[in-house]
Amino acid sequence: MTNNTNTNHVDSFEKRKKKEEMKKQLISFALMIGFTIIAFIAVAADVMEPMFVVPLILILAVVQVAFQFYYFMHMKDKDHEMPATLMYGGVWAAALTLAGLILIVWW
Amino acid sequence: MSIAATQKRGFGAFLWDYITTVDHKKIAHLYLFGGGFFFLLGGLEAMIIRIQLATPENDFISAGLYNEMITMHGTTMIFLAAMPLLLGLMNAVMPLQIGARDVAFPFLNSLGFWLFMFGGILLNFSWFMGGGAPDAGWTAYAPLSTQSPGHGVDFYVLGLQISGAGTLMGGINFLATIVTMRAPGMTYMRMPLFSWATFITSVLILFAFPALTVGLFLLMFDRMFGSAFFDVALGGNTIIWQHLFWIFAHPEVYILILPVFGVFSDITATLSKKRLFGYTAMVFATILIAFLGFMVWAHHMFTVGLGPVANSIFAIATMAIAVPTGIKIFNWLATMWGGSITINSAMLWTLGFIPSFTIGGMTGIMLASAVADYQYHDTYFVVAHFHYVIVGGTVFGIMAALHFWWPKMFGRILHEGMGKLTFWLFFVGFHLTFFVQHFLGLMGMPRRYWVFLEDQGLDTGNMVSTIGAFLMAVGVVIFLINVFYTWAKGNKAPADPWDGRSLEWAISSPPPYYNFKQTPLVRGLDPLWVEKMEGKGEITPAEPLGDIHMPNSSILPFLISLGFTIAGFGFIFQVDHSAYLILVFAGIGLALLSMLIRSLKDDHGYHIKKEELEREAD
Amino acid sequence: MSHDHSLNPETMPQEPEKATLEGRNKFYGLWFFLGGETVLFASFFGTYIALRNSTAGGPASTDLFGLGLVFAMTMILLTSSLTSVYAMYHMKNNDFKKMQLWLAITAFLGLSFLALEIYEFTHYIIDYGFTFRSSAFGSAFYTLVGFHGGHVTFGIAWLMALMVRNAKRGLNLYNAPKFYTFSLYWHFIDVVWVFIFTVVYLMGRVG
Repeated sequence: MTNNTNTNHVDSFEKRKKKEEMKKQLISFALMIGFTIIAFIAVAADVMEPMFVVPLILILAVVQVAFQFYYFMHMKDKDHEMPATLMYGGVWAAALTLAGLILIVWW
Repeated sequence: MSIAATQKRGFGAFLWDYITTVDHKKIAHLYLFGGGFFFLLGGLEAMIIRIQLATPENDFISAGLYNEMITMHGTTMIFLAAMPLLLGLMNAVMPLQIGARDVAFPFLNSLGFWLFMFGGILLNFSWFMGGGAPDAGWTAYAPLSTQSPGHGVDFYVLGLQISGAGTLMGGINFLATIVTMRAPGMTYMRMPLFSWATFITSVLILFAFPALTVGLFLLMFDRMFGSAFFDVALGGNTIIWQHLFWIFAHPEVYILILPVFGVFSDITATLSKKRLFGYTAMVFATILIAFLGFMVWAHHMFTVGLGPVANSIFAIATMAIAVPTGIKIFNWLATMWGGSITINSAMLWTLGFIPSFTIGGMTGIMLASAVADYQYHDTYFVVAHFHYVIVGGTVFGIMAALHFWWPKMFGRILHEGMGKLTFWLFFVGFHLTFFVQHFLGLMGMPRRYWVFLEDQGLDTGNMVSTIGAFLMAVGVVIFLINVFYTWAKGNKAPADPWDGRSLEWAISSPPPYYNFKQTPLVRGLDPLWVEKMEGKGEITPAEPLGDIHMPNSSILPFLISLGFTIAGFGFIFQVDHSAYLILVFAGIGLALLSMLIRSLKDDHGYHIKKEELEREAD
Repeated sequence: MSHDHSLNPETMPQEPEKATLEGRNKFYGLWFFLGGETVLFASFFGTYIALRNSTAGGPASTDLFGLGLVFAMTMILLTSSLTSVYAMYHMKNNDFKKMQLWLAITAFLGLSFLALEIYEFTHYIIDYGFTFRSSAFGSAFYTLVGFHGGHVTFGIAWLMALMVRNAKRGLNLYNAPKFYTFSLYWHFIDVVWVFIFTVVYLMGRVG
């Protein structure tokens, strides 16, 4: 199939690139775990106002999810323009849905 | 599998061929047949409604049956007629327009069709079993739908869930097809408008249907498993249904209209022999309509009491949609301006569409005004409005597309005389039926009522409306005769009957099952026209003749859909007796097993050899 | 043409999951599907948020949720996301054995997550009498978390089928996209869980 000029030189370059990539993914994993722990502690400690804690943990969740998408799922890489477009479209529709169900459902 | 081998075969083999097919052109036939069948069914229900309303205090059908009729008419027409007919057209035309040999997921394509078909059949079984058809309106508002006795609404839930899953698959399939399988040179901004519309519509399907899925699950759990989403006594909230339903159902109306915008764009350009005026503006108007279409759902809920701020936001967003729609209307007019227009059946439907749809758009703006909507809400004014956009837009568009692409899909040209007769009967009947309903609504006639009183000023209008409905019915019957006539002795179609501009006209009618012997090279917008203008008249191939990879047919999509349908019956009736749970397990078991087989069995497809292709060359 | 042949380091493309048209289709198709899933879960989340205080006198989120179990479940699922990243790393290096090993760990972590979730649900039902039918809050909670659990279950079944089917024949261009799409799906499940632990459990504790 697709022919790559797989000389050893290119090969080792690719290997190094993949290693580099893996290191980034490990760092993002560490950050994700860190964010999770901060969120749990913020709630468990029970010292902050809900008005402060809720936005904080939501922001931590969003950042953590961005790491999942961009690093774990490679959305930062090339060939991901369409997936990213459609994913952001989904997020937009999701945001509208959430806004509707949270803000204008009255009881 | 050569063509000669498939030539002589019995009806059984023919049936098996269609049940197992993964060819997008044959799946298109299936969609058109299935959608056409449900269109006739929904039309029959419409006629019964109009007969009931022909005279005051009529008792042609009972009040309960009337509720079932209006519910099934709406549900059938939207989910089982309009959508599948459009999906059929997309299947038939879009891959040809972008120069692809097939769709991205032929197996899923077939699965999508069978889920739709079985879902529709399941829904219509409600007429014969379980105490009547659904009767809570096509919107199935809770608590009306949670309280509705019998199994009617259960059939609605399961039928739509199954067919909706099929539509979602269709959407993903088209998206992937357009992203990965465009021919060399076919950039996004060279795609014909119908392919663009398919793309955008698929995006809408992808983002709108999940909300319906969730809404239907909540309704299913409430009705069948005792949950409390819409049970106010246990803290439930019925507004959630309205939101989820309209978050789906408003984009849904754009799913119905955007494809026909694409149809009209292609027809107008071809039959005016001009390049489409404002191609780029047309593309961006389509995108803008889709984008805005997601943020306007609450205009169906103005009278729910969301408050003035929410109402104002949704009113303004709704009115904004008039801008891109207006861009389109003017671009079609400008395309025709100075063109050399061929007035045939397809063009007649296009010409009829523009004023009809514009009227529907105008009443849409009226309805978008939140204050005025308190007056219009739930009256015949609304009924008139949405029939003007859905019939005057979608049905006209489907009819135009059928006349335009029939030669490409079936290899024969529809009879022109009958085509024109169909148009005029339907066009006149349509305006007779629905124009007067605006005024009936303004005079205060509420929608969904079984009878109206005498001498309230509503008698004449309703009679006129019923007469119009009969004219439409006669128009449809003549179209059916036309179809049978064409099938039996219609003229064989040449490859390019309308002096076309896009790629589908560069191959024979109907196309060979591999579509393009050699992948075409696209050198501009309207690729076939570009070649015609340069005196070549045929498309330059982008590759030498070689083996063509084709997918294998499979019975599994049929079995998966059958499994889910059996499970659907099980879910509906397990409320009466838990023994029906056997059906649930058996059905889901069959579906999962079929899916597992699909996953475990390698399916590499087969190749048509280069030599065989050379032999087929004339 | 011959994408059934096993790969070796000489013929290995850099991105085996996207080297064939079928692979690219699967890649895009699954991404688009995830875009739709976003709206699906948003609808469940919206319903849950709208109903989270509708306890109808039954148990409320502050009575029910403990943080310890949820923290454990979160760590397990986050780690399983990383292990599937490792599996894809080895896929790109064409090391089938290691890929299978990391995938097995992923499946094991997924199963552990599922076990804890089942324990959690039984705990609520038996010790608190808090069920799907107790209140609108109960319905919304079990539906949202249950649909996520259903996605995990389906993911594990999918993974097992893939691993068993391909155990003997190694990596090729036909099955590489299948493994890759699974890993995308699995990450997405993790994404949903991040919002579940934040919105359902942590915000449920805050009240």
